[in-house]
Order: sequence, then structure tokens, then C-alpha cells
Amino acid sequence: MITIHVNSEAKQIDNSSSIAEALTAWGYQSEKIALAINGEFVPRTEYNDHYFQAGDQVDVVAPIQGG
Amino acid sequence: MSAKELSQDSWQLYGKAFNSRLLVGTALYPSPQVMQDSIRASGTEIVTVSLRRQSPESGGGSSMWEFIKELGCAVLPNTAGCRTVKEAVTLAQMSREIFQTPWIKLEVVGDDYNLQPDPVATLKAAEQLIELGFEVFPYCTDDLVMCQYLRDAGCKVLMPWGAPIGTGRGLMNPYALQTIRERIPDIPLIVDAGIGKPSHAVQALELGYDGILLNTAIAKAVDPVLMASAFRSAIETGRQSYLAGSMPERQTAQPSTPTVGTPFWHQSK
Repeated sequence: MITIHVNSEAKQIDNSSSIAEALTAWGYQSEKIALAINGEFVPRTEYNDHYFQAGDQVDVVAPIQGG
Repeated sequence: MSAKELSQDSWQLYGKAFNSRLLVGTALYPSPQVMQDSIRASGTEIVTVSLRRQSPESGGGSSMWEFIKELGCAVLPNTAGCRTVKEAVTLAQMSREIFQTPWIKLEVVGDDYNLQPDPVATLKAAEQLIELGFEVFPYCTDDLVMCQYLRDAGCKVLMPWGAPIGTGRGLMNPYALQTIRERIPDIPLIVDAGIGKPSHAVQALELGYDGILLNTAIAKAVDPVLMASAFRSAIETGRQSYLAGSMPERQTAQPSTPTVGTPFWHQSK
């Protein structure tokens, strides 16, 4: 298990989990969100092949109203 | 100009034609229904949206987003809240993936007191985003040279502020805005931020600006739907006034009624 931070909240995950698997486990619908790791954009096409590293800072965002 | 010609007075943003010259934000409305009704009353074809952190419990996206989609407008995602080039570029990439548009309203704030855009970071971010294939709508101040740098970097629309975001103070520096218009005549200019009343929008259009982007002026009006309708009329009025060409100003009075044949003239001393 490793600890990462998702939207500044600490989470423990299996270090063999891909981004896609982790998002599903957390309850996100990947088609409605976008993701960055340590400030770098990670496209949806990489979710199956990309793995988190201990200490990663993950931002998960979704649409809202804006000006 | 005939009514038919006016109805064909469309403009283009990155190659897409629009009839309405009003871009409207989707935030701050008292309810989703008022937001929808206001945006429909405004006649806009383009609305601004944003991205924020979401918990899984939300299902990915606020319910407000579902209301926005129902409007059928083109969306212009923003990078509101970003303070560095990297933040803005990353958020723009996330926006492009979610909203499926190359458009990005680039905002990089340099000062929290008046939310003034950081000119250096805005330019650097614009350069990087254009390199990545984005079509950038930079929110900037009314600095002419900065606007020229942004145009030269490849921005095909510029959005100088009228006044700081949310102030409703109108065009704080009409001279600067007019100078930008005169020196940059060949790409669309939109006054973004600071508009508080329809009369401010009329003034901007009369200066030759192509469009207006606003949010708070409608959302925080006592009657947002009525105010949206008022802005729609104001945009049309301002545009028609600009096309009509106003009379030259004079320093002294000049009678409008003919003076020839004025009765009793010989009685005056």
C-alpha cells in the first residue's frame, strides 16, 4: 500500500492499481472528470497504463459554473 | 442599415460565426432555473464555465453543469483561480479533455486585491497554449502594448478588462480601450469584466468593441432575467450606434432649428 493525496485528502491505495482502477474504486466516473498528478495533466487515454507513486498529489476536477 | 443587414451582422471567433455579441457567465445566479432563464433572455450563444475539485460523491460534476448543457450554447472554459503559467496550462488541458473544445479563456491572476491579470504569466501561458493547439481568449488589462504582445503571440481574440472582476464600475479607462481598438483593428476585441449596467455595454460597443463578456451584472441584478434582456437590447443598441457613426462633438452650441426667417429678429438688440 502507498499513500497519495487526492484533492488534498490522504488516501491509501494498492501500488499495483492503475489510475483507472483507483478512480473506479473511489467512485469517480472517469468520463466526467479530468486528472492531474503533481500539477501535470494526465490524459484519459493513459489511465489504464499509469500508476500512482507514493506521495503523489492528485487533482480530480469536474465541470462547474464559471464567469 | 436595414433590418435584414443588421440581422446579418454576425462576427467570428476563431472561425466560428455568431450573431449575439454577448458572452455570459454561468456563476452566481440565485438558482439554476434563474441561470437558465437569464441566459436564454440574454440571447447569448456562448457561456463561460470552469473546473473545480470534485469529490466522488458528486458523481463527477455539479448539477449546475447539467443545467448549463441544456442551454445548447458553445462553452468557453476559463482558468479562473490560476496564479502561475503551469497551473493555467494544466487546467486548460483538463478543460479541453472534458469540454471537448480548443477554446480557453486564459486567466492568470497576479494580484488578489483586484484580481488583476499577471501580464507576464498571461503572455507565457498564451504562448504555450497556442503551441499546444489551443484557441486562446486572454483576459488582460487595458495595456495597449500587452495586447499587441498577445496578438503577436497568436491570440486571435483579446479580452481587456473594463474594470476589475465583479466591481460593476464600467469602463474605467475608455481612452485606453479606444486606443487598443484603434491600434488593433483587425481582430475581435471583447470587454471582459467590470461591466455593471447595460449603458456600460453600449459605451463599449460604441467604441468599436466587438463584444462583451459579463456575469455578475446579470446574476446579481435584482431581477436577473430582466437585466439579461436589457443587456441584449443594449448590445444591439451599441452595435447599431457604432455602425451608424455618431455626430462630431462641438465645443459650442449650434441651433438645430433654421435661423433664416426667425420672427422678431429685428427687435433684438
